[in-house]
Amino acid sequence: MELDYSAEEEEFRARLRHWLGTELPKLPARPDPLDWPARRAYDCGWQRRLYDAGYGHVHWDGSPTRRLIFLEETERAGAPYVGAGFVGLLHAGPTIAAEGTPEQRERWLEPVLRGDAVWCQGFSEPEAGSDLASLRTRAVRDGDAYVVTGHKIWTSHAEIADWCELLVRTDPDAPKHRGISWLAMPMDAPGITVRPLRTLAGTAEFAEVFLDEVRVPVANRVGAENDGWRVTLVTLSFERGTAFVGEVVACRRVLGELARTARKNGRWDDPVLRRRLGRLGAEFQALWRLIQWNVSEAAATGAVPGTGGSVFKLSYSHARQELYDAAAAVLGPDALDLGREWPRDRLSSLSYTIAAGTSQIQRNIVAERVLGLPKGR
Amino acid sequence: MDFRLTDDQRALVRGIRDLLGRRFGPDALRAAAGADGAGELDRGLWRELGAAGFFALRLPEDAGGVGLGLPEAALLFEEAGRALLPGPLVATHLAAGRVPGAAEGTAVVTRADGGLVEWLDAADVVLGVGDGVTPRPLRSVDPLTPLHRLAYARLDTGDVPDAHEASLLTAAEQLGSAGRTTALAVAHARVREQFGRPIGSFQAVKQLCAHMLVRTEVARAAVYAAAVTADPVEIAGARLLADEAAAECARDCLQVHGGMGFTWEAEVHLHLKRAWVRAARGLGGAVAEEAVAESLAATP
Ligand SMILES: Cc1cc2nc3c(=O)[nH]c(=O)nc-3n(C[C@H](O)[C@H](O)[C@H](O)COP(=O)(O)OP(=O)(O)OC[C@H]3O[C@@H](n4cnc5c(N)ncnc54)[C@H](O)[C@@H]3O)c2cc1C
Repeated sequence: MELDYSAEEEEFRARLRHWLGTELPKLPARPDPLDWPARRAYDCGWQRRLYDAGYGHVHWDGSPTRRLIFLEETERAGAPYVGAGFVGLLHAGPTIAAEGTPEQRERWLEPVLRGDAVWCQGFSEPEAGSDLASLRTRAVRDGDAYVVTGHKIWTSHAEIADWCELLVRTDPDAPKHRGISWLAMPMDAPGITVRPLRTLAGTAEFAEVFLDEVRVPVANRVGAENDGWRVTLVTLSFERGTAFVGEVVACRRVLGELARTARKNGRWDDPVLRRRLGRLGAEFQALWRLIQWNVSEAAATGAVPGTGGSVFKLSYSHARQELYDAAAAVLGPDALDLGREWPRDRLSSLSYTIAAGTSQIQRNIVAERVLGLPKGR
Repeated sequence: MDFRLTDDQRALVRGIRDLLGRRFGPDALRAAAGADGAGELDRGLWRELGAAGFFALRLPEDAGGVGLGLPEAALLFEEAGRALLPGPLVATHLAAGRVPGAAEGTAVVTRADGGLVEWLDAADVVLGVGDGVTPRPLRSVDPLTPLHRLAYARLDTGDVPDAHEASLLTAAEQLGSAGRTTALAVAHARVREQFGRPIGSFQAVKQLCAHMLVRTEVARAAVYAAAVTADPVEIAGARLLADEAAAECARDCLQVHGGMGFTWEAEVHLHLKRAWVRAARGLGGAVAEEAVAESLAATP
């Protein structure tokens, strides 16, 4: 039980810190958060710099501990986060790394790491959200391609993506978990229509995706035909277990800023608010320790992150919402100003208990898969 | 960085769990709580704990101790909390090397903490109660922790040198208790049937149990890390989460047990009551929240 970093890891930290110090001043101004093409260019440009400096692989291909150091240091320095690279770098990429053939890894991973390819996630459908395995989008084999027809929804970044990790039904007669396949679909293929949806934050960050006889080569299937559910669980475990790690670092920084802002604007004199911030401080500190615990487990077993990810996701998603509620308490009347960052983040925090599997679904997973309680209603 | 338990630590946990299982299992716990003489300390068990190194754990080997550190102590106290072992364990552990007999378990040491003194009558040595102060007995909410109240309440025990360590070991006990009530609830939910099926298959019950595990695991990460860093602010945070996990998991466990949970026979009320007693020890609650808040505002 130790939390020390090795000399080699400390050296990695020092080198990275130095590199960030010279590189960040060279970055262009951040784009308008509503301008997705500009955001894509900005996020990919940053990923390219990381790649050129040898940090491109850090999210999945190196030591998990180095990844934690990377997240700590980039956040501390105020560097950009993965942004448009979220799906490619944090769950499609790791899935292909774990489940793809050598050719597939060769073909798809480098572009993600170089900041040349953006991915989106086509899992959810209008009739299949929490019950993801009931998805209906059909893929019918025709020679060396699947012909895909269906309707995906809530697809984040669909408008600016090059590739989509797509779940399709390849055997309509099999039990629902058995007839699914995991495909990599090029987003410029004929037959794809993307219709942006407006979120409650007023932004268009996700979309509906209509698929009308889209041809996807059979070679783009990751894992065996009809074995896609197993591959999906790998993707979900990355999405829930590791994809939010960097955000915890960011939340801890925000919490410190909240406390100092409250000191300046006089809200600090309210002991109820102070104690609320203290409580959140304890929670985010514990979440960071829980990440270190999960990383240690994963590093020791060499496995994809397990159900520990659900425990983490559950507590993190609620803590994040409480954080931005506390931010509103600190801001007072300014909390209603959407020109400010914290009120906007407060709105977006509302999605965290829904996206990547709702809290109710996560609790069912914890109860059944970790605690071994019987399946049922 | 490898945060997981080492093989030695795992062996240590197994050893103390075996000892407590043999000497103070659930039946012994219920018997102790039901006996008229509750409030008597089992001196034989105390000496066995001493012989097993429970109190001398952190004394250097050349001083007759085991030479281990705070992380190992936290693991032992977690087991004590799981078994709901009675007695002024924290005070005696902290007195080892300073009060003769404490390390060996031949002396029982208690101390004033948070305006209360646990096990005053059973103790050989009482620390922190000044001359001329007469502690007043309470009818303790916890049948296995006799309590005395001090006329003055010292909320801020920050000036006591080992106050942070005391708080951490208390947090470890709370963690053990939370783990135990979670396990009890899950075990019951698996076998108790209503409407022709195990109640654990009903989502309302399932989600209650999942929530218990989440609270416990978050508290565990916090307590273990605080034991490694020994950082006062981290200890305060861990204490906060562990106090809450112990009390809330006990409540939920009671709920999962239904009417049976409300009886004296069920173990769960003892966990809830002890969780309340421990939460009253210094450097918990509001003090801890303020300490963490202060550190947030201070860091640049
Ligand atoms: C901001 C955002 C971004 C997203 N991005 C993507 C993306 O890029 N790609 C993608 O594929 N999906 C994405 N999603 C979709 C997300 O995964 C789903 O919204 C989520 O899984 C819930 O499905 P649903 O919306 O159909 O709600 P439903 O499944 O209809 O759930 C509605 C309510 O019922 C509850 N419920 C349902 N079933 C159960 C049950 N068995 N037990 C208890 N309660 C239950 C749920 O908890 C919820 O409270 C995104 C969602 C959001 C909000």
